[in-house]
Amino acid sequence: MPDATGGAGFEIVAREDFSDVTYLLEIRHPLLAKAARPGQFVIVMPHEHGERIPLTIADFDRDRGTITLVIQAVGKTTREMQRDCRVGTRLFALVGPMGIPSHIGRAKKVLCVGGGLGVAPVYPQARAYKESGAYVIGVLGFRNRDLVFWEDKFRACCDELILCTDDGSAGIKGLVTEGIRQAIEKHADIDECVAIGPPVMMKGCAEATRPHKIRTIVSLNPVMVDGTGMCGGCRVKIGDRVKFACVDGPDFDGHLVDFDDLMFRLQRYKATEREASDRFNEGCRLRSQADAAS
Amino acid sequence: MAQKKKKTIRMIPQARTPMREQDPLARARNFDEVNCGYQIEDALLEAERCLMCPDQPCVRGCPVNIAIPDFIAKITEKDFRGAYDVITATNLLPAVCGRVCPQENQCEGVCTVGESLEPVAIGRLERWVGDRAIKEGWSNVPYIERNAFRIGIVGSGPAGMACAADMAKAGCEVIVYEAFHEAGGVLKYGIPDFRLPNPVVDAEIAKLEQLGVRFECNTLVGRLFTIEQMVDEMGFHAVFIGTGAGYPSFMGIPGESLNGVLSANELLTRCNLMRARDFPNFDTPLQPGRQVAVIGAGNTAMDAMRVCLRLGAEHVRCLYRRGRAEAPARAEELHHAEQEGIDFHWLVSPVEILDDGQRNVRAVRCVRMVLGEPDESGRRRPTPEPGSEFEIEADMVVYAIGTNANPIIGQTSRLKLDKRGYIATDDDLATSIPGVFAGGDIVTGAATVIEAMGAGRRAARGMKAFLGLRDTDFVYQERPDVAAATLFGIDRAEHGYARVRLPR
Repeated sequence: MPDATGGAGFEIVAREDFSDVTYLLEIRHPLLAKAARPGQFVIVMPHEHGERIPLTIADFDRDRGTITLVIQAVGKTTREMQRDCRVGTRLFALVGPMGIPSHIGRAKKVLCVGGGLGVAPVYPQARAYKESGAYVIGVLGFRNRDLVFWEDKFRACCDELILCTDDGSAGIKGLVTEGIRQAIEKHADIDECVAIGPPVMMKGCAEATRPHKIRTIVSLNPVMVDGTGMCGGCRVKIGDRVKFACVDGPDFDGHLVDFDDLMFRLQRYKATEREASDRFNEGCRLRSQADAAS
Repeated sequence: MAQKKKKTIRMIPQARTPMREQDPLARARNFDEVNCGYQIEDALLEAERCLMCPDQPCVRGCPVNIAIPDFIAKITEKDFRGAYDVITATNLLPAVCGRVCPQENQCEGVCTVGESLEPVAIGRLERWVGDRAIKEGWSNVPYIERNAFRIGIVGSGPAGMACAADMAKAGCEVIVYEAFHEAGGVLKYGIPDFRLPNPVVDAEIAKLEQLGVRFECNTLVGRLFTIEQMVDEMGFHAVFIGTGAGYPSFMGIPGESLNGVLSANELLTRCNLMRARDFPNFDTPLQPGRQVAVIGAGNTAMDAMRVCLRLGAEHVRCLYRRGRAEAPARAEELHHAEQEGIDFHWLVSPVEILDDGQRNVRAVRCVRMVLGEPDESGRRRPTPEPGSEFEIEADMVVYAIGTNANPIIGQTSRLKLDKRGYIATDDDLATSIPGVFAGGDIVTGAATVIEAMGAGRRAARGMKAFLGLRDTDFVYQERPDVAAATLFGIDRAEHGYARVRLPR
């Protein structure tokens, strides 16, 4: 459990829950806030017995000296963090910024596409493009209206914002690829696309832009341990070459990424992950029983 | 002393004193240390085997030139603390080096006794002294006169630790940065506990802290701040880079992205540093293999194979494209692996990793090799034998065929690199940026712990020269033979007089 007593570790200064699975943590680390650039990630270890998980930096505030992570509770570690990470507690380890920062070029009109857990990490890119003077079109995908977050933040840095929901409860009905289609139809001169989200969504985005020959950058988040190029667990196929996402990426040309390979490799530890998750559920059940009894 | 009669080869115990080891079958299922170490009687007996030859080839054979006969003499005199002092004058980590140095290629390989008998077990004696020091809580904190210099060290592995120790002894303020959440580098994430227990590493790190060295973990230099920032903004007067090679190589054969294929680095890091072996008490997963094939025959390969056995594998095979004689592992590791039941396949090279239809490994297709003419490394070059392909069943394939240069420092600084991506240095290990030194695997490519420590110390000497510090390597000692005639090296007759150097 994250240490609440102070001293070592990295203090959580703010938390916001967007839904029952998505939450935001703002963590104090002035040096990291100063060094972070769009597209980079950190590795977090919630407690001494924890695993190291890579998380893309969703925002950084150099004045406050904090970085922001938006996390989806999907596995044991992220659910445990959802339960235990409160304002004032501390993360055992936080290291970064890792990876090569996104190249914010001289693109004049840019599509910034975020789906699910990719919505937050595409924000710094959208902001950076805006600051570089580009016309920014945001395309955000959520399952339904209740899961929508940061709409105002995106509106502040996007010239246009297309909201997509699976059930049409907010914005247009459909996947982000539908949003991309509409945007391309309206603007023939889009010269770059940044897509961040689950692999299957990034694959869809790359396919949507391929016929229009729009340069498409995706941010990959495969299984990794150290995040410094040492373990090679995060190797991905880019065209006919093998790259390590942690030090050669995480940004790659979406038209060259072998997404099927990435999706299979993400399943590597599925059995053990499920075991950990089941055990965690059981622990939670016993705990709530005990709470109810006392 | 009258007993100073010259020893001859006939006078010494003829056989090497054996070291107790855990039974191979029992130890292949636990992570406790394999070598149990010498008892005091063993150490005294083995120390007798040193001839105290005047030539001292062992000292030259040691990458950090430990005064080996001197420390062995102290053991025979039962001055164990003295033996520790002799070793730590040059080597800070005897408990580590005694365990992991390839002594057969270094001190023991050139030992005079080894010309006719088995060489003196220098490594075991060194380990015994180191372990005793940890048990007794000995440490040598010399009188350190502080100066105003700040030294930044990047990487807390053996190279960084050695450099940090020397610079702290020279009076500098030393900060060591480590990207992982624990200090120790390869000693922690790489070398498994049954060969080098983590508490031994922690004990050695604690000694560095006693010298005033500060360790800052969770710090990825290059990305959190750059080498240039350390020199220009953060007030470091000199910087040492010892980040290691650590970018694992794969062969580029089909099937390498299948699930169940991983680098030895990943396997070892998950198991050792992240304690996946204690899952579910620790959260890091590691799918243990039943039929494991490890490619390579170096120390890392031996570690990977023996870790897999301990994680419960039924059958662990080693695939190596050359023969046993060419295997780069330490002799003892190879021997231990054989004892534990590793199945070695010499002169075999994989050509493809085969799939079970669900993107998991099913087998490795291999080809037999024949050794041809020696190549530039002096070893005979293996070439495939046509038509000799065969399959080996496997559900896990581990690559332990070496590493490439880690790219982070190169990506984030203007340091000059060589054409393979390693940091380019001169003989004093100075890099292309003034005040920045580098050593260990990030300069030479993958090598050994003691070579990295040697590099760390060499860089420290270069740094001291750069900063204009006197060489603190020299430890002032009273010479017993002239003690009566001099005091602090000054003739007694001259004591009380000031020496004045006159201008010419």
